[in-house]
Amino acid sequence: MDFTLIKERAEKNWKALENLRQPLIQIGMGTCGKAAGADEVYAAAKQTLKQMNLLGRILQVGCIGTCYLEPIMAVRKPGGPFIYYGNLTAKRAEDILLSYLRDGDPKPEWAVCFTGEGPVDGIPRFEDLPMIKPQVRIALRNCGIIDPENIEHYIARGGYSGLMRALQMNPEEVVQEIKDSGLRGRGGAGFPTGMKWEFARKAPGQTKYIICNADEGDPGAFMDRSLLEGDPHSVLEGMLIGAYAIGCNEGYIYIRAEYPLAIKRLETALKQMREYGLLGRNILGSGFGFEIHIKEGAGAFVCGEETALMASIAGGRGMPLSRPPFPANKGLWGNPTNINNVETLGNVSAILAQGAKWFAGFGTEKSKGTKTFALAGKVERTGLIEVPMGIRLKEIIHEIGGGVAKGKKVKAVQTGGPSGGCIPADLFDLPVDYESLTAAGSIMGSGGMVVMDEETCMVDIPRYFLSFTADESCGKCIPCRLGTRQMLDILNDICGGKGTIEDLEILKDVSETVQKGSLCGLGQTAPNPVQTTLRYFHSEYEAHILGKKCEAGVCKPLFHYEIDPETCNGCGVCSKKCSVGAVTGEKKKSHSIEPDRCTKCGACYEACKFHAVHIC
Amino acid sequence: MEQAIYQELPAERMEEIEGLFAEIRKEFKGRADELIPMLQRVQRALGFLPEQALLEIARLTRLSAARVFGTATFYAQFRFQPVGKNIIRVCRGTACHVKGSNRILETIEEHLQVTPGQITPDGLFTIETVACFGSCALAPIMVVNDSVYGSLNRSRALKLLDEIRVREEGLFK
Repeated sequence: MDFTLIKERAEKNWKALENLRQPLIQIGMGTCGKAAGADEVYAAAKQTLKQMNLLGRILQVGCIGTCYLEPIMAVRKPGGPFIYYGNLTAKRAEDILLSYLRDGDPKPEWAVCFTGEGPVDGIPRFEDLPMIKPQVRIALRNCGIIDPENIEHYIARGGYSGLMRALQMNPEEVVQEIKDSGLRGRGGAGFPTGMKWEFARKAPGQTKYIICNADEGDPGAFMDRSLLEGDPHSVLEGMLIGAYAIGCNEGYIYIRAEYPLAIKRLETALKQMREYGLLGRNILGSGFGFEIHIKEGAGAFVCGEETALMASIAGGRGMPLSRPPFPANKGLWGNPTNINNVETLGNVSAILAQGAKWFAGFGTEKSKGTKTFALAGKVERTGLIEVPMGIRLKEIIHEIGGGVAKGKKVKAVQTGGPSGGCIPADLFDLPVDYESLTAAGSIMGSGGMVVMDEETCMVDIPRYFLSFTADESCGKCIPCRLGTRQMLDILNDICGGKGTIEDLEILKDVSETVQKGSLCGLGQTAPNPVQTTLRYFHSEYEAHILGKKCEAGVCKPLFHYEIDPETCNGCGVCSKKCSVGAVTGEKKKSHSIEPDRCTKCGACYEACKFHAVHIC
Repeated sequence: MEQAIYQELPAERMEEIEGLFAEIRKEFKGRADELIPMLQRVQRALGFLPEQALLEIARLTRLSAARVFGTATFYAQFRFQPVGKNIIRVCRGTACHVKGSNRILETIEEHLQVTPGQITPDGLFTIETVACFGSCALAPIMVVNDSVYGSLNRSRALKLLDEIRVREEGLFK
């Protein structure tokens, strides 16, 4: 089929949707949306339309990024703007639809924002929301806007025009375009994508492979999942462009089994691509042929490492190999192989569509374009964000994220997951680019960004990450296998009140050995959480060891709860919440906690509305 | 008594495994790179990987039993013990951790009197932990079978468990 005809038809259908003479309702149905109750909202919307005898369309869309507002519904009357509502229940969704569609009142007090033709009284524009204003969406350009299971939506929004452009260029020119754009790998290490492609292109060999690394293993990261759920074609198009540039006809997507919805969306997308002639032996009559297979991971963090990932695809234990040879020369089944992260490929399709120069206009000198982050933890507005490189951490945390939740004090931000580090609040002026984050001891990483407040213990955090990396170490090389275990043992001692000041010296020593001596990225970066906390939060380690105190109230042997008799009014909520009967006191008189019985579960602390329970 | 790592499927379920492998022989060619998908297929059908299935996969793929067992045990997804009727997975990702998922886990452990990987004596629940579900914006989260529950606290987590118990016990009546 001719692409011009496909595009015309897609645009016609998209236009018809835009000019729909009936109400159009969009509901965010990503994993997060569903977890928050989007299915119930969907059912309620369907039911309410029926009840009003209204013909209307309900569209399932991906994640729009304001995850803290899930479940989210957008409602449009014919010719009007989309009005967004958040934190919905089935009942609230019904009330909104009745009020807006039947009585004409959009209920501004419940609305979050609007998109399209405005203004709307009392409702801000989407782009003016403090969370959205600093953002630039390239990789996430379609997320939350299109139906991810409808290829025509993607095409109507400019999709596959990048591929069309690439197919009219020489493969070398495509490589050069990506080089000119300055795109660097979004999986974390930041290697220039164009160079990587060139290595694989120039490597001798008949059979070559391209792999999309969707093994998003960092705990605290969900960018790739959201992109695959919300706009799978943007990634698949990037993969096709890469395959054409490198000269390969077969590709794999290695994706975590924990992402069933993303897998389903990919399968649907591949089926549609085949129907539209965008996959197979002769793509759109260009003579270029390509096939994509999906491989489900089986739960091993180390498989995010390129050589381990390929061992896993081949059906073995996911254990890394030493390099050289590099995958570009000797990868999957010994053939030249190129591996790119999900977000990198999502950017590739945009670059080919809009040009290298356009892309390079965003970001800093060495870090071009944008980066997506999964903003989570103790921040007011959690979500999936995309920001231009070079933005300052404080802008992300305070403006986009709205600062720390519940009026607590922000302590640090963690980037890069188990391979990254904790950056303290006094460094929040730091620009977000590959070099600055590395200089601060952390890494850009794949995009996990977890905000921590005064109730987060900065000795417990490295312990948490080390328990993860020690568990996930494949065991092949000794520095990683034993080193992570050793660091974890020391941190367990410190958190358990058994640490000595000499431990800190040993910890530093071991961390350097693991960093320098490990075979792959897992071990080389596993010490980062330890080293950054030792560097920025040394006093917390000392308080644990010398003062036997965990001020954050996390390490159980190092703190206890007390009820302040002045503040306590004897409401009795805490004693009801206590499952071991440790809180006692007469009604309307101040209560107290029996230290011997208390398990430090924190139930009373969380329950007390008057902040009378203190961490001591 | 210490429990063996691998367990056989009880004799009364042998037909199940034979039927499953009849399908697997049709779906797969027996190539080495199909090993992990085959293991996933078996676990999806039976809930865990019984010893007989692992040996049968070794025969089908012509890989050594050591290779099959070694690969299966390498990956966190695979279980070698039967599971309860309901699988409760508590997310231990970073965002969930800083929002107190360990306390939720402790509460569930205490309530059900089992530790992760174990099955409750009544066979109703297995609890597991998972490194990250990627729903961090709604932390802390827990996954009951295939449904994700976000923004949890201890009492909501226990309520969910109790609801399942009531439903299941209702079925017995």
